[in-house]
Amino acid sequence: MTQSTVIRKDTGSRAAVPAPRGRAAARRRGRPRQLGAIVLFLLPALVLFLLLVIAPILLAGYASAFKWNGFGLPENYVGLDNFTRAFQDPTFLGDLSRTGILIGLSLVVQLPVSLGLAMLLNQPLKGRSGYRLIFFAPYVLSEVTTAVLFTLVLSPNRGLGQQISEWLGIDALNGAVFADPSTVLYALFLVISWKYFGFHMILYLAGRQGIPRELTEAATTDGASAWQVFRHVTLPLLGPTIRISVFLSVIGSIQLFDMVWVLTGGGPIHASETMAVTMYQFGFRRFEVGYASAISIIMFLLSLIFALFYQRYVLRRDTEGALTTMGDQR
Amino acid sequence: MSRRATAADRARSTVLHLVSVAIGALIVLPVGFGVLGGFKDNGQLSTNPLGWPEPWVPENYTGILGSEVFWRQLGNSTLIALATVLVVVGTSAMAAFVFARFAFRGREIFFTLFAVGLMFPFAVAILPLFILLRGMGLLDNPLGVILPQAAFGLPVTIIILRQFFRNIPAEVEEAATLDGCTPFGFFWRILLPMAKPALATVSVLAIVASWNNFMLPLVVFTDQSWWTLPVGVQAFQGQYADDTARVLAYVVLSMIPALGFYAIAERQLISGLASGATKG
Repeated sequence: MTQSTVIRKDTGSRAAVPAPRGRAAARRRGRPRQLGAIVLFLLPALVLFLLLVIAPILLAGYASAFKWNGFGLPENYVGLDNFTRAFQDPTFLGDLSRTGILIGLSLVVQLPVSLGLAMLLNQPLKGRSGYRLIFFAPYVLSEVTTAVLFTLVLSPNRGLGQQISEWLGIDALNGAVFADPSTVLYALFLVISWKYFGFHMILYLAGRQGIPRELTEAATTDGASAWQVFRHVTLPLLGPTIRISVFLSVIGSIQLFDMVWVLTGGGPIHASETMAVTMYQFGFRRFEVGYASAISIIMFLLSLIFALFYQRYVLRRDTEGALTTMGDQR
Repeated sequence: MSRRATAADRARSTVLHLVSVAIGALIVLPVGFGVLGGFKDNGQLSTNPLGWPEPWVPENYTGILGSEVFWRQLGNSTLIALATVLVVVGTSAMAAFVFARFAFRGREIFFTLFAVGLMFPFAVAILPLFILLRGMGLLDNPLGVILPQAAFGLPVTIIILRQFFRNIPAEVEEAATLDGCTPFGFFWRILLPMAKPALATVSVLAIVASWNNFMLPLVVFTDQSWWTLPVGVQAFQGQYADDTARVLAYVVLSMIPALGFYAIAERQLISGLASGATKG
């Protein structure tokens, strides 16, 4: 499906190549020396990619059909048993629902807030480049650094959150947030948002700056209020950027690992465990490589199916091109 | 009327500033807590987590800076990031050159293959990758982190560079060919120098990705002497779980290189993310 879209689109762009280059390309095609150059230039990337990206995915697919401890060759063929096991395992089913909750929170809370801040920083505001610099800074910190910092900031002893909650007289930040199964997922979401809202904000800012000033000015001249301009001019034109940011956010939630592993290890009692954490537990701690591979494959299929549907039904509208529109359309 | 508009503008501007400052405080406060906390001892942290240290206790920082472990992890992270960039930008530039400027059968299929790689999350491949690396004898070897990182960085790097290479006018290539330039000569002597801004951008993206990678070094390096900063920070937290002030100092020190790099390369980083995510 994806491929046919790409090839169809590319035919269009190839026709649009200016004539001299088309002739040069046609001339080059015939020469064996050019073929040699093509092979030579493409080979290193291709070998690296096939060996270390494609092969592992295929290997995971193969291993998922075995009950295998990861040593020697796979044995004990079990067919789809590992997959049925996953869908009967309360932990894994919990992973799925937690991923759903995190995706929902990102779409309803994190992205709209980032969009609002991008609009804010798009206003003529003194010192806005300074604000932008600070808002984006957490994105360059590693998830591990962020996670360790926040375990200490929100720690029950000597934490910052505890102090603040004492001042404010509320219990919500009293330090047990990561130890309480009912709050841990939301605390996790807050830390993730702390790190990533600046990233989405930057995407929206870049998208916003691509909107010609004449359009918003014309709307304002016609008497549209600031909200109307945003709702009927800016927001539709930001569509492609928003759709990309949603895509990255969903894919990111499906494969979440670092932050969870360091903040909570998936606990308490699995309350913050994600698919990647479950996979790591089984693959690297309990040496149930077959089962862990099945979980990998489920993660992969979820990402792939989401990406394909997204590409087919959502991103197709965007002539701008996108992460999943493989060909280049210009 | 115009005076009323200015007053309204001023009020709006004040609100905007207040919101910005509040958000900025949410960002800065935890980091500031870490920086100051590193200058306290644990007693001070319990009684006075938010205020200035009194007295200032520099021993947490000086102790870490005086130990060999931190510097070795910093060196490992640097070595691995630089090597990853060399491999991924070198191979991607060559591939992007082919995709941008040669017409041949199957070009789009190969390109699609790479682009699909954008959807392959690291977490999915980590287990088979580990088995593969073990089979190749690359565990506890920096290449075991460098090569997979480079491989996973190929899609986005190729996509950005191809876009850039395409925008270099065909006339430049025609002229070079007429002057007797081979494809390699054109690539090396004309295309790469012209593409310096794009190369800088993708390099910055690759460095940040490598610097922050945790899962791969975590499984590849059992030998502590190869640990990178993220792995080291996590282990340090485990080791000194009760010594909050010391862990804060370690976290803060490990943030400094990333933030310093951000200060230098901010423009490149942001333009790279923007072009990677909006233009494809």
